Formats: sequence, structure tokens, C-alpha cells
Amino acid sequence: MEDGNKFIEVRDLHVEFDVRAGIIKAVDGMWLEINRGQTVGVIGESGCGKSVTARAIMNMVPKPGKISGGEILYHRKNKDTGEVTTIDITKLDPDGEVIRQIRGGEIGMIFQEPMSSLTPVYTAGTHIYEAVSLHRLVPVKKVGDQMVETIMTYRKVTKQEAREIAIDMLRRVGIPKPDQRVDSYPHQLSGGQRQRVMIAIALSCEPEMLIADEPTTALDVSIEAQILDVMRELQHSVNMAIMFITHNLGVIAEMAEEIVVMYMGKQVERAKVVDLFYDPKHPYTQALLRSIPKIGKRGERLATIEGMVPDPFHLPTGCVFHPRCPMFMPGKCDRIVPTNKEVASNHWASCLLYEEV
Amino acid sequence: MVNYILRRLGYAVIMIVLVSFVGFCIIKLPPGDFLTQKLEQLRARGDRSAESQIEALRAKYGLDRPFMVQYTTWAVNFLKGDFGESFQYERPVKDLLGERLTMTVVLALATLIITWVLAIPLGVYSAVRQYSLGDQIITTISFIGIGIPGFLLALIILFFAIVVLNQDVLGLFSKEYIDAPWSVGKVIDLLKHLWIPALISAVTGTGGLIRIMRGNLLETMGQPFVEAARARGLRNRDVIWKHAVRVAINPLIVILGSEALPGIIGGNALVSIVLNLPTIGPLFVDSLRRLDMYLAGTCIVFFTILLLVGNLLADLVLAWVDPRIRLE
Amino acid sequence: MAAATLDSSQKGKQKQVSQSYWSLVWWKFRKNRIAVIGGFILLVMYVLICIFAEFIAPYDLEHKTNYPEARPQTIRFLDSEGNFSIRPFVYGLEKKIDDKLRKRVFVENPQVKYPIHFFVKGDPYKLLGFIPGDIHLFGVQSDNPEAYIFIMGTDSNGRDFFSRIIFGGRLSMLIGLLGQFLTIIFGSILGAISGYYGGAVDMFVQRFTEFLSAFPDIPLFMALAAAIPKFWSPIAVYFMLTIILAFVRWGGLARQVRGLILSLREREYVLAARSAGASDSRIMFRHLLPGTMSHVIVIATLSIPGMILSETALSWLGLGLRPPLTSWGVLLQEAGTVYAIRFTPWQLWTVVFILITIMAYNMLGDGLRDAMDPYSAR
Repeated sequence: MEDGNKFIEVRDLHVEFDVRAGIIKAVDGMWLEINRGQTVGVIGESGCGKSVTARAIMNMVPKPGKISGGEILYHRKNKDTGEVTTIDITKLDPDGEVIRQIRGGEIGMIFQEPMSSLTPVYTAGTHIYEAVSLHRLVPVKKVGDQMVETIMTYRKVTKQEAREIAIDMLRRVGIPKPDQRVDSYPHQLSGGQRQRVMIAIALSCEPEMLIADEPTTALDVSIEAQILDVMRELQHSVNMAIMFITHNLGVIAEMAEEIVVMYMGKQVERAKVVDLFYDPKHPYTQALLRSIPKIGKRGERLATIEGMVPDPFHLPTGCVFHPRCPMFMPGKCDRIVPTNKEVASNHWASCLLYEEV
Repeated sequence: MVNYILRRLGYAVIMIVLVSFVGFCIIKLPPGDFLTQKLEQLRARGDRSAESQIEALRAKYGLDRPFMVQYTTWAVNFLKGDFGESFQYERPVKDLLGERLTMTVVLALATLIITWVLAIPLGVYSAVRQYSLGDQIITTISFIGIGIPGFLLALIILFFAIVVLNQDVLGLFSKEYIDAPWSVGKVIDLLKHLWIPALISAVTGTGGLIRIMRGNLLETMGQPFVEAARARGLRNRDVIWKHAVRVAINPLIVILGSEALPGIIGGNALVSIVLNLPTIGPLFVDSLRRLDMYLAGTCIVFFTILLLVGNLLADLVLAWVDPRIRLE
Repeated sequence: MAAATLDSSQKGKQKQVSQSYWSLVWWKFRKNRIAVIGGFILLVMYVLICIFAEFIAPYDLEHKTNYPEARPQTIRFLDSEGNFSIRPFVYGLEKKIDDKLRKRVFVENPQVKYPIHFFVKGDPYKLLGFIPGDIHLFGVQSDNPEAYIFIMGTDSNGRDFFSRIIFGGRLSMLIGLLGQFLTIIFGSILGAISGYYGGAVDMFVQRFTEFLSAFPDIPLFMALAAAIPKFWSPIAVYFMLTIILAFVRWGGLARQVRGLILSLREREYVLAARSAGASDSRIMFRHLLPGTMSHVIVIATLSIPGMILSETALSWLGLGLRPPLTSWGVLLQEAGTVYAIRFTPWQLWTVVFILITIMAYNMLGDGLRDAMDPYSAR
């Protein structure tokens, strides 16, 4: 057992989508590590593969996509014994017993579209009962027949308990009158309330990690702040890891300890928040940061990143960012694929500027 | 909810009144009536008292009175359960319809059940296994099904039965049960015969419904709530049936009232004519040909009532399964 | 990319866009083999049946012969002695009494051979009503005036059934087109007015379609068709029937067009046209209706089979067209009885022709829908 604190390790992950027009490499050699209790932000433009990476961790890449290479190591801790076993999620049967325990039970997920992420014909409470009855077990004390010590066994929650859990969870995510709202249908809730319900569902099973896929993108700024507050508060109270996916640099600076920057299905840079914002190493990250409006600099035009995101069927050779890169080195960047190098302590970047070639 | 039901009910009643009036108008449209036809027949036979006979009948049936009086008399009597008299059979319409009405409803129900029992699982399979061999086979079959109207299929089946198998598949009962009173044996016998015409009538609708179910489910499975359900650790079967299908089926209930039922009622009528089944269909066509006014009018009102009751039930089912409608 | 389109003039851009839409539709349509086959079948059928029926059919519609209820003759290359001939032939027919059926039947007589020729002289006709001719695509040539070829048998009057199917197809296939044409005219104009102006027309269209949908449509057709006076001329009956079909069906189309117009009229380009001072009718006919075209074409194609089938069903029941008019439905009147199925089952060839037409329309319509829907995945 190496580092007992590691939770998820994504190693050289490849995900391909086989569409009629050809094959799209949505994730193309992605590396990612998340420790227990840590918040990792994943940032990148839309289509860069961040959501697909998250779905790969849940082993639910939508059709026609499939994981075509690499591994996702999940260091699973037994709740009673504390023993850690390592599972490669990519090897699991996507509808098997193990992955279904992990989904929702050990890794929860919330989505970008609160308006349509709840099944319209079920109440908020029904959603929570459904999750809780699958994953949450109540310890039962029982005296063993022959042994003297007590053995822990578990039973499923009853309907009444599930309802109490649901009301309690709704209260914790800040929904007013939770004992009434538990019987509300999605169309009776506002967007912000729906996202709170989503968080309540995800957290009701006490997962060890929460994947939040742009949870606030579809919400108003004021609601966004409230939702982020709820998430932070809950994280402190339950010590849960969060993989926070967004394209909003402001949000991520507020939430994450460590940030991973993705471009065209690859990790291009990884660093602690402060390092990344004050000393970005990769030209893409630098360009991203330049595109944030700054207070006190009026009248200046915002910087944009030159060029367009490349056509996914015809990826550039060498470094995929080279056609848009201001530091493009002809003869190198268009030929050699950069590798991920530790360029400062705990600061990784994959760029030929930091490689001797 | 109660409000909603009352509103739908009120709407249905207004529609029935309107339809009965318009139906009556349409039936009165053709020049001449049953009695003028009969008069010509009697004259052709050289019956001297033809004129006076017909005049007497005309007075008896009230055909000499103004149109509105004829209609209101018929409509008021209709409410009392007296649907007028058939000229052609010289019997009350009520007696003629009697058992045929039950058969019509039973056949429509059987067709409906077969359509749904076949279409839903096939449509779900087709969508879940999109582009698989099974999907392609189901798609092809449903495509052919859409193209074959029930009455032509009935003719083809009749052809095979008569020419190839050398037997007639007519009627809803075996010989020994035709005039027998109702019994368990007769019901079983009915079910044994019923499935053939019901299946024939169901083919077109099933083909269409499979396509709609497939399309709806494919669209629904792309919705975030399906992915969210899977992310909660539900097994694939539950994700599909409890979440995706549960939502994708609601629009089908809407279609059931507005498109499927009229198709079933009309289709059943035509198939009944080919296979000579004791439903309202054959009686209706016959009464139209012979300008048998009250019989035709009563048939059209019953068809409409059948459709409206079906619609009402579909509305209720929809409200029951879809909280977005129930709680409005 | 954005810069390039901005530079080109507005007019040029619009033309380019609309061209690319229709060429994309054409491209997608051509890729769909099933749809192309459907379209091709229809094209061939319409040309052969609607234009060249007189030439294709070996005999005139009303040409009675002395061979009532004759079975279809087999087209042969080998005779009973095993002699092969390049030119196909049929055997002559001979009257016999079938003891089992207790009925007069015609059987093939292997002693008499009639070779089949292309482009033979036969009943005179006028193509399209004015081009005279007497050459038929195929037939038998013999000195015997009683030499006939009945590839699909004959009816109870000894008329060649294949010829009758060809002629009957003309009325059936045209009623579909004609009825659908009327439906499009009624439906799109009333739908457009109802969507664009709202108000009384909208009210009328909405209530009317709602009311019509309260009737089950086939019984309604029957009742309306039964109301056509029996003493009307065949042509009048035909047009009245077409109008009835269109009258009951236009509501659905009107509702669809209305919905489309409602969404289109809030689009920027329409607002732009209005602020530029375009008249209502100009906006409607230049900007709104063209936007609904692709939808209307698809709906129309997919509902023509329903029209054809309605005519068939009504005529079959004796409520629609009546002899001497001959349509597929009229042919079914005789063919659809238990007696006919037992003794002259070849008359069900009509069903085959109807089904081919319906299938071809469905194949074409489905392909058009896929091709015209910019969001369809396939």
C-alpha cells in the first residue's frame, strides 16, 4: 500500500467516440489524481473532455463512446475495517454489482442541468429514497452465536427512515419547509432548488467523493453563490473529496485546492490554486488567465486565444495546442508530443518549453 | 383534479350533442330517403296502394315534419334510450345494436391491448439496442405494418384461409355458440376467435406505435435525468423502465386519444366488414347505403361516444401518471 | 469563417444558404437507398399508369370477352412436349365444367399456342385524351379473334383484369395526389392565416379541427360519401369524393402549419422584413410560407397513402366511386367477397398494387422526412 490518502488515480485514459464521420478522441491520454477529502478543479473549454473524464470515472461513458485505453484506479476503503483495496474501474462490468455500489454510494455526481436532471414524474423525496434504499445501510448490533464480541451487520433502511433522511438532507441543503418540499415534483421547484435537491440526493448516501459537473453553469449568479456555499459547508462537515468541473475560472479559484487544466482531452497543467493563478507555466493556461477581465483595467480589450478549437477529426500533430500557441517553436511543437513534467514543486505542465529536445 | 375531470366531461357532453346534430344533418343530406327508395320499389312491382302505404309510413316515422322537429324528437328519445326505428329491418334500432355494441367495444379494447402489449416492449427494445440487428428487424416489420391497412390484411388473411387452408375464418363464435346464451364457455370461445380480427386491426397501429415509442425513448434516454439515475447506482433495467420508459410513455397516452383510437374504431369497422363480424361497422355501412336514417345516425353517435369516452379515459390516465398535468 | 460570410452581401448569403439547404436535402435523400427506391417506384407507376395506361394495358377497360372468370394464363417458354421457344407464349383457353366446384371454368389447352409479341395492334385508344393509337405494349398475335392473353385472369364479365388494374390505378393514384393538393391549399393557407393573424380565422380553424377530431374519421368519410347523390355524373362523384377527402383531412395540416408560422413569425428575419415595411401578404408568401415548405412536403407525402386507402375503402364499400368508373376500390368491390376469393382469387392482385403504392409512398416520405430534418441523426 503506497499512499493511503490517494482516492482516484486516472492513468493515461483514452476515450473514443465512434461516430459516423470518424473517431473522436474525446479523452486522449489523461492523467489525474484526487486524494481523500481534496477538492480538485478541472477546467477547460467546452468539448475538452472534462465531462467525459468524469463519466469514465463512473464507468458510464455514453454511447457511442468507449474507454479505449488506460486505467482508473479506485482505492476503495472498507468502512468497517479501514482496509483499502484497489479496483480498476475501467475493467468493471458497466452494469455490474460493484460499479453500481460505487455509483451513488461511494462516488456521487451532480450535473449541469438542474432543470432536467430530476425525473419529472417523481417527487424530490422519491429520488432520495431510491438512492438511499440502494446504498445506505443501517448498522444492526447482533451478538454472535459462538463468538463473544459483537459483529456488525447491516440492514436496508425502511421507508419511514428514508423519508426522515430525505427531509433531513433537504434541510441541510437549505430548502425551506423540507417536510413539505419532500413531496414536491420537479416542476414545482425553482432551478436553484432543483440543484439543491440534486446535491441532497448525491449526499444522502454519504459518498466519499462528489463529482460536480458544472453544477452552477445553468444558474443565476446569486443562486450560484448559494449553491457553492452549500457545497463547501457540506464538504467540511463530511470530509468528502470533490472533483469540480467548470469552465469558470472564478468559481474554481473559490472552490478548489488543486487545479487541472485540460485541452483537447489532455491534462496540460496541474498545480495548487495559488501557483496556477500567479505562475501559470503552460501557454494555454496563460492565455486562459489573460482572458479574465481584471478590475481596474478599463478600456482595454480582453485578450482572446488565437484561432479556433481544432477539428476533432483532424487533430494537429505534435502538441495539439501548437496552431494557437503564441510561443510556437517551428520544427519542434508540430512534431514532438510533449510529456507531463514537474516544472516546479507540485506543479506539472506538458509543454516543450520545459523539455530538452 | 376534480375540476379537470369535470371540464373534460363537460367538453365531451357538448361534443356529443354537436356530433349528433351534425351527424343527423349529414345523414339527411342525400336527396330522397328510405321511403322514396321503397316507393320506387313498390311502384316497380306495380303496387297500386304504394303511395298511400308510404304516406302512412312517412307519418308514422315523422318524416313529414320539419327537420328540427325530427332531430329534437330523435335526440330527446335518444336520451331516454329509444334510438328510433330501423326502416329497413322494421325493428327498433336499440334491438339491432344491442349485442353488437358490446362486441364493438370488446373488439376495440382487444385491439388496443394487443397494440400496446406488442408495441411498448418492441419499441423499448428497438431504442435500447439502437442499430442492432433486432432493431433493424423490428424497424422493418413496423414499417411494413404501417403500410398494410387492416381491411386489406383481412382480405389477404381471408384469401389464405379460403384458398390455402380451405376454411372460413368468419365470425366471432364457433357454430355451437352463435345462438347460445352467454356462459363461460361462450366467453372462452369468443376470446379464441377474437384475437385474429383484433390482431389484424392492431397491425397498422402497432407499427406506428413502435416507431413513436422508439423515437420518444431515444429522445428521453438522452435526457440528463436518465444519466443522473444511472449515476445513483440504479441497475440498467431500472434506469430504462422506471425512469426513461416511465417518462417516454406519457406522450403515447396523448396520441392514444387523438390518433390511435379513431384509427382503431375505423379500422375495426372495416375489418369487421371483411370478416363479417357482428359489430356496429357492417350495420353502419349497410344503413348508409340504404339511407336507413335513424340506424345510421345512432351508429355514428355511438362511434363518437366510444371515441370520446376513450379520450376521456386517456386524459384521466395521463393525469394519473403525469404530475405535471395532475397538479396544474 | 465568420469574417468571410460577413463580407459577402446579404443577398448573396441568403441565396447561398438556401441552395445549400436544398442541396443538402438532396444529398441526404440520395444516400437513403430505401427512399430512392420508393421514389423511383412511384415515378414509374405514375408515368406508366397515369399517362400510358392505354398503351400498357393490352385491352380496353370495357373490352368484354367470352372468357368470364378465367384464371391467369402462365407465360411459358417450354410447351407440353418440352420444346423450347425464345418467344414466350400462352396456351389458349377452353371451357370445362369443374365437377368439384360445380362450376364452369376455363382451363389452358396445350394444343393451342399464342406467341406473345411486343407492340401489337389492338383496341384503339386516345393517349391523354387526344393522341390516337392502337399499339399496345404486349399482346398475342393470332388470326383467331378469340386469342387473348390474361396475365392476371378476367373478371365476371370476361374483362382482362390486368388492364382493369392499370386503368383503375389511374383514378386511385390521382385521387391521392389531387386530394392532397387540395389539402395543402386549404391547410397551408388557413393554417398560415390562423397562425399569422390569429383572431376569428384562428378561432374557426382551431374549433373546426377540434370538432372534426371528435368524429372517428372513417365512419365520417362513410357518412359524407353516402351523401353524394347517386344520380350525379361519374366525374362529379369523383371530384366530390376528392373534396370530401380533402375537407376532412386539411385540419391536421393547418394545425401544423399554424404552429410553424407561430414560431417563425417571431424570428429576426421576419421582424426585419416587417420593420423594412413589407406588407403582410409579402411577409406571409415570401418569408413565412417558404419556411414551412419542407414540413408540408413531408406531411403531404406521408398522408397521400391515407387518401388513396380512404378512396379504396369507400369505393370497396360501395359508398365512393361506382362503376362505370373504375378504381382499385371499385375492383375490390367484386374481388372482396368470400365468393370471389374462393373462385377468382386472382382478383386480389389489386391488393398487391395498392400495397406497393402505399409502401412506396411511405418509403419516400420517411426518407424525405429524414433528409429535410436538419437535426436528424441518420
